[in-house]
Amino acid sequence: MSAIGLRLTGSRHVLPGFRLSLAFTLFYLTGIVLIPLLALLLRPFSLGLAGFWTEIATPRVLASLRLSFGMALLAAAIDAVFGFIIAWVLVRYRFPGKRILDAVIDLPFALPTAVAGIALSTLYAPNGWIGAPLAEYGIRIAYTPWGVLVAMTFIGLPFTVRTLEPVLGELGLDVEEAAATLGATRLQTIARVVLPSLLPALLTGAAMAFARGVGEYGSIIFIAGNIPAVSEIAPLLIVTKLEQFDYAGAAAIGVVMLAASFVMLLALNGLQSWAAKRQ
Amino acid sequence: MSGFSQHHAGRRPTDDPLWLKLLLGTLAIAFIAVLLLLPLLLVFKEAFAQGAGAFWAAITEADALAAVRLSLTAAAIAVPLNTLFGIAAAWSIAKFDFPGKTFLVTLIDLPFSVSPVVSGLIYVLVFGLQGWLGPWTSSHDIHILFALPGIVLATIFVTFPFVARELIPLMSDQGRDEEEAAATLGASGLATFLRVTLPNIKWGLLYSVLLCNARALGEFGAVSVVSGHIRGQTDTMPLHVELLYNNYDYVGAFAVSALLALLALLTLVLKSLLEWRFADELAAAHRH
Repeated sequence: MSAIGLRLTGSRHVLPGFRLSLAFTLFYLTGIVLIPLLALLLRPFSLGLAGFWTEIATPRVLASLRLSFGMALLAAAIDAVFGFIIAWVLVRYRFPGKRILDAVIDLPFALPTAVAGIALSTLYAPNGWIGAPLAEYGIRIAYTPWGVLVAMTFIGLPFTVRTLEPVLGELGLDVEEAAATLGATRLQTIARVVLPSLLPALLTGAAMAFARGVGEYGSIIFIAGNIPAVSEIAPLLIVTKLEQFDYAGAAAIGVVMLAASFVMLLALNGLQSWAAKRQ
Repeated sequence: MSGFSQHHAGRRPTDDPLWLKLLLGTLAIAFIAVLLLLPLLLVFKEAFAQGAGAFWAAITEADALAAVRLSLTAAAIAVPLNTLFGIAAAWSIAKFDFPGKTFLVTLIDLPFSVSPVVSGLIYVLVFGLQGWLGPWTSSHDIHILFALPGIVLATIFVTFPFVARELIPLMSDQGRDEEEAAATLGASGLATFLRVTLPNIKWGLLYSVLLCNARALGEFGAVSVVSGHIRGQTDTMPLHVELLYNNYDYVGAFAVSALLALLALLTLVLKSLLEWRFADELAAAHRH
């Protein structure tokens, strides 16, 4: 693959181990990641484009894709709003217990998704700590599409907070001082001066939360109720089809989700280079 | 953390008014408490809902112990392999120049943006009976799917980038001068790595191995697709949680969950300690 690169640059290096380390890197990457992904990407070709489309264009599959993407977008928006508030409080304010609160933000990264799933499901069930009071007002979260939203919001929160914190920390206070001197109120300063300069980071964090939400499985399936065409997410439909040995159907949905991952990855790279230019 | 001093008398123009501080502070703390802390609290409460005896019985039950063993085995294979890969990738990418580097880094990051279920699906498409290698492996009596190798592969895939993505920026920032000096003075490659590079990256390495291990033990979606769910044999801890929960054994499900939650908390504590104590020796993204 990069044999030319090796020959061109290899001889000028003082340090040893270039060929060995790069060869191992490429071998491992190809074997573990690239070939299996290729197996998925090439799969729909065995169906033909028409066959691929028949697998996707069923009401159940389309509904699951709509639910996964729609709720992930909503969850990313909620995470962006609260991520900004939390990052603002953690970076700008001083209060006791701040470090612990900051460490807790990573809980959705560290807690296995199945554990989060059964905990959220029990909390929001009609007899749960949060579900019971809500049930009195006729609001149901668990076993409805709103359960999907709760789980996706949970899983996505660290992304927005962690992308915003460093940018917020490096933001110079001089611009805010200038705005205040020119007579802006504090809220005007935050809305017109701080928020615009945070926009790239905010969008990056939200895009990461969205990408994670779209693909998320473990924390969602327990709380969602998994009613076909209502609260059934796309990853679960892949699992269901695999259990019925419908490999073609599973692969078709898998390809759509993988394509979405590629698009998100490109979008994130674009966002990050935009953010880098802005700083 | 910005050195934001409140010692001056009166409010500075960049300080938020008190009402705003109270409002945003309350919102932030309430959101974290409800969304993140309440589920954690519930796990431990439910695990001990029928007392410590029931909890102990649930986690020492034979299938639960088999699940713990399987999870530990899978992590014990996946984490060292990904660590070795991370070091090799970071060594080649950070210490040498070659075309296509940025693209390679993007490919290494790829598994993080793939849905866990899709991560499992790809191995089914390779090793399943209708897959590329499936007919060959089954005719040679090699079991990949619904056995340990499949679980290990799925675990490797989902934890693939952890070590590499921490070490690549860290080792790039540190440059090559020290290693080149050592090599010029006649140190072998291994000696250069062990005596010069490793001391510089040890905390970053530990940090990333910690996160890699937590994810390896906790992975659910990818492993669920390839495991086959054979109770006592191919059920990892998270899969065992699902099985117990779906069988209405809530104490059992939350007892095993409590073990996993403890592991998550331990990971968070160690991670935070590393971030506070060795911030300068971690990749810039983790310096708070």
